[in-house]
Amino acid sequence: MNLTILWTVLVITLLGVVLAAVLYLVAQKFKVEEDPRIDEIEKVMPGANCGGCGFAGCRAFADACVKAGNLDSNFCPVGGNETMKKVAAVLGCAAVEQAPKVAVVRCNGTCENRPKINEFDGLKSCRVKAACYSGDTGCSYGCLGCGDCVAVCGNDAIHMDPATGLPVVDEEKCSACGKCAKACPKNIIELRNKGPRGMRLYVSCVNKDKGPAVKKACAAACIGCGICAKTCTKDAITVEANVAYIDFEKCKLCRECEAMCPTGAIHGVNFPKELDKEGIKARIQERNRKAKEAEAAAKAAAEAAAKAAEAEVKPVEKEA
Amino acid sequence: MKKTFPIGGVHPNDNKISRNCAIEVLPLPQTVYISMAQHLGAPAKPVVAVGDKVKAGQVIAEPGGFISAFVHSSVSGTVKSIAPRKDISGNSMTHVEIAVEGDEWAEGIDLSDTLVTEIPTDRAAVLAKIQQCGVVGLGGATFPAHVKLNPAPGSKAECLILNGAECEPFLTSDNRIMIERSKEIVIGAAIMKMVLGGCPAVIGIEENKPEAIAAMQKAVAELAYEGISVMVLKKKYPQGGEKQLINAVMRRQVKSGGLPISVGAVVQNVATSLAVYEAVQKNKPLVTNTLTVTGDCLPVEKQHNYLFRIGMPLSYIAEYAGGVPEAAAKIVSGGPMMGRAIANMDACTVKGSSSLLYLSEQFTKRKEASACIRCGKCADACPMGLEPFLLNKLAQNGMTEELEARSVQDCISCGCCQFTCPANIPLLDTINLAKGQVLGIIRARAAAAKAAAEAAKAATQK
Repeated sequence: MNLTILWTVLVITLLGVVLAAVLYLVAQKFKVEEDPRIDEIEKVMPGANCGGCGFAGCRAFADACVKAGNLDSNFCPVGGNETMKKVAAVLGCAAVEQAPKVAVVRCNGTCENRPKINEFDGLKSCRVKAACYSGDTGCSYGCLGCGDCVAVCGNDAIHMDPATGLPVVDEEKCSACGKCAKACPKNIIELRNKGPRGMRLYVSCVNKDKGPAVKKACAAACIGCGICAKTCTKDAITVEANVAYIDFEKCKLCRECEAMCPTGAIHGVNFPKELDKEGIKARIQERNRKAKEAEAAAKAAAEAAAKAAEAEVKPVEKEA
Repeated sequence: MKKTFPIGGVHPNDNKISRNCAIEVLPLPQTVYISMAQHLGAPAKPVVAVGDKVKAGQVIAEPGGFISAFVHSSVSGTVKSIAPRKDISGNSMTHVEIAVEGDEWAEGIDLSDTLVTEIPTDRAAVLAKIQQCGVVGLGGATFPAHVKLNPAPGSKAECLILNGAECEPFLTSDNRIMIERSKEIVIGAAIMKMVLGGCPAVIGIEENKPEAIAAMQKAVAELAYEGISVMVLKKKYPQGGEKQLINAVMRRQVKSGGLPISVGAVVQNVATSLAVYEAVQKNKPLVTNTLTVTGDCLPVEKQHNYLFRIGMPLSYIAEYAGGVPEAAAKIVSGGPMMGRAIANMDACTVKGSSSLLYLSEQFTKRKEASACIRCGKCADACPMGLEPFLLNKLAQNGMTEELEARSVQDCISCGCCQFTCPANIPLLDTINLAKGQVLGIIRARAAAAKAAAEAAKAATQK
C-alpha cells in the first residue's frame, strides 16, 4: 500500500515536470512581444475605463499612446495634465497640456421660461422623443428633459433638477469624459474649459431660429441680436445661424457680454462677485464715448491734413 | 376562401365610423402654406419668387434630386413668402405661402367630370406626365410614383397590385374614393398597367368595405379593360403594408432588404391610381386629396370625408369641421396604428395627409409598462417575422451588430408588437430608434464600399 502511494507521487511529479517543460517550450515558441511600456502606462492611468479618451478603456489608450509614440492626439480627460505628465515620462516625450474641462448644459428652457405646449406620452428617452418630433415646448432645439445624459454618466455627476426640468452638472464629480455630450440628441451639452477657479462664461442656448420665433418659444433664449459680439473687445464671440457662441480660448472673463445680453442667455458661473450690470454698462458707454471721440478727432485730423495737402498742392499747380 | 397574408398581424377594431360620409369639397382658406417636403427623398426647390402671381396647378417647385417630386400651387393667388415653417412634428421646413385670390386654374387642365376612357400608348410620355404632375404614392410613404412605375432594367413587373386594403382603423378616405370615383381608379390602373408592360392588375380590398368592393367590381365590369380584377381580402392589420399585400395577393415573399419588384410586384394605392388618372387623362397635377375627419370622441354627424387642397392649415380644416372636440386628448394625422400625433395644429396638409383623428384619453393614453414575461405574443403578431421583445432588449443595450443580424431593418413600424403586448412595453419606440441606427450603419457601409470600388476601378484604369 505504501508502494502505491509512492508510485502515485512519483508518476504525478514526473508528469508535472514533463508538462511544465512542454508548457515552457510552447510559451517560448509562441511568445507575444508586448511593449513593457503599455503595462507601465496602464499603471499610471486612473483606471476608470470610462472611454472618455475615445478608446475602449485605459489599456487600449495605453496601447494607442505607445503605438503613436507621442501624445499629440491622445489625452485622458479624467486624469488630466497630472496623469499625462506621468504618461509622457514613461514614453519619454513631451506632454501636450490641456486645460481641465467640464460638461456645460447650454439650455435656459426652464419650466418658467419655456412653457409646455403639448405632452409627450412615449418612452421617457431623449433619443426616442427627438426621433418622434420637435419636443413638448415651442423650442425645437432645447433640452428634452428625459435625462439620457443622466443615464449614461458613470460618475453620478449630472442630475435632473425637478424645479427647472433641466440637467445640472456637479463640477466636482464631472470628469469631462464627454459621454453626456454624445448621448444628447440635441447637442446641447458641450465640454468647455473649466476656467480659472471654475469661472467661465457661456451662451446657454443653441436655438438657431430667428429672433421673433425664438422669443415666442422661450423667454431666456439667444435671439442672435449680436450685441454681445459687438460689445466683446477680445473678439471671442461669433454669431452664426442666429445663435452666439463664446470661444473659451479667447474669452478673458470681463462679463461685459453677460451684462449686455437682453434676454439673459449668457451665463457666468463661479464668479466671486455678483454681476454689476449698471457698472459694466456705464463702463462700456464710457468706452464707446471715448472711442467715438477718438474717431471724430482722428477724422478731423485726417480732414485737416487733407486740406493742408490740398493747399500745398494748389500753389504748385498755379506755378506750373 | 378569402386570402390574407400568413405571418403575424393583429385584429384591432376597425372603427370605420365615417364610412358613409360622402366626400365634401372644402372651401378655400385665405392663405395656404405649401411644404417643399411632401414626398420621400430630397425636398423640392422653389421656382417662384415672393410677389409672383400663381394659378392653381402651376409648378412652384422642382425636384431636388432623383428621388423627389414636382410641387404645384393648389390655389390661385400671390406668393407672400418663402420661409421656414413648422410641420406637424414641429420641425422647420421651407413652405411657400400663397394668399388666395379667386380660383383660377392653369391652362390645359381639364376640370370637367367627363370620363376619358381611352388609354394612351406612349409609355415614356405617360411617365413624364406622371412626373410633371408631381404624383407620389398616397398610401403613406409618399414615394414618387414615376420612379416606382419605371423598374430598373432587368426586372419585370408581373403584377400591379392596387392597394385598397385601408387596414388602418378609422380611416375611410380610400373607401369613399373607391365608392365615388371607382371608374377613375380603374382607368388609372389601366394606365399604370400599360406603363408596366401590360402585366395583370389586381385591386386588393378588405372584406370590411362591401360597398367599395361592389362599386369597384361594377366599374371593372363596365369598363372591361383586359386583365384587371378585384380581389376580396380577409380583414387583418397590416394588410395595407406593401410586403403583406404582395404576400396576400401573389403568395410571394419579398426577401429581407429586397424591393417588391424583385418578386415581380408593383404596389400602388388606389388614391395614387386616381391621381395618375387625373394627371394623365385630365392634365391635373396632384394638388387635392381626400382626408377623413374622425375619431372615437367625435359624434357620427360631425365626421366627414373632405376633398382638400394641399397646403390648407389643419386648424382651418378642424374649425370648418366644427372645432376640436373637448374630449380629444390626442390629435393624430394618419391612422391610430401608424399615424403621427400632431404637435402643431397650425401645420398644413401635404400630399399624403389622410386624416385628422381625434382620440380620447381612454383610447390613446399609454398604460404603464411592466416587465416582459416572454410570452412571445409580439413575435406571433409581427408580420415581418421578427422578435420584437429581443430587438427591444438589444436596442436598449445598443447592440447594433446583433440588431442587424436579427433584421431590425426589416421592421415596417406597423405597431402590431406594441398593440399586442400585455405588459404595455413601448416596443416600437426603441425598435424604431434601433432601425434608424442600423439603417444608418448599412448606408454608411454601402457608401464606403462604393467609394472603395470606384477607387479600385480608377487604380486599374491607370
